[in-house]
Amino acid sequence: MDNFTPVSALAGGALIGAASVWLLAANGRIAGVSGILHGLFAQPPGDRWWRAAFVIGLIAAGFAWHALVEPAAASEMRFGPLALAGFLVGLGTRLGGGCTSGHGVCGLGRFSLRSLAAVMVFMATGMAATFVMRHVL
Amino acid sequence: MISAFGAGLLFGIGLWLSGMANPRKVLDFLDVAGNWDPSLLLVMGGAVAITAVAFRPIMRKKEMVFDKKGIDAPLLAGAAIFGIGWGIGGYCPGPALTALSNLSADVLIFVAAMIAGGVFARIVSPAGPGA
Repeated sequence: MDNFTPVSALAGGALIGAASVWLLAANGRIAGVSGILHGLFAQPPGDRWWRAAFVIGLIAAGFAWHALVEPAAASEMRFGPLALAGFLVGLGTRLGGGCTSGHGVCGLGRFSLRSLAAVMVFMATGMAATFVMRHVL
Repeated sequence: MISAFGAGLLFGIGLWLSGMANPRKVLDFLDVAGNWDPSLLLVMGGAVAITAVAFRPIMRKKEMVFDKKGIDAPLLAGAAIFGIGWGIGGYCPGPALTALSNLSADVLIFVAAMIAGGVFARIVSPAGPGA
């Protein structure tokens, strides 16, 4: 556990929670990143502007972080597994109606049983998949 | 719209500060059999501590209602599939989007595949849940 970073984890988590509260209070929207992204490619126009603005904010945060705090790290993943992973993440979040933010941060915050079930399931299959990738294959 | 941009910006800074935009750190959390890094639990805990206090009063004031209550098959299947992808790549949607700023081809491939997966879900299950 020498890689454990409790202070930055808690502080970063608090910012994520605050951002979710902000979006709910100001826009009346749940900060579920998968839903915001999928909606960009599925909703009728008119609903797109706030979604695009949120996504641009997310990306801008990365550029700011790289400019001010630390440069982007070199990637270490092969393209094939990453493409498969991306497809499964897109498919699963769309079917299940949420990801770590929508079901995790927001769903648990409103004490949703559906979200609690989803979080337990994706934590379990995520741990299983990582085990296979790192210790079996 | 400006508030949505600001919320996205703050959300993204939180992801980088917490380490969750780094897929290796996420995989170190999911790898309970390896050199386990429990940081993600505290990220989730810190975030939920805030949403748990603030969400319900705001939702009550806005009279927001979530019509889906039951735990059904699409929810569980979707969460299971999402988890597998998460465990392979170490990216969930938020970190993947903010990591587009890395300007590296692998994140671009992940995000393109993620969008394709979402579109595919609508083809196989047109009446599935929204966000």
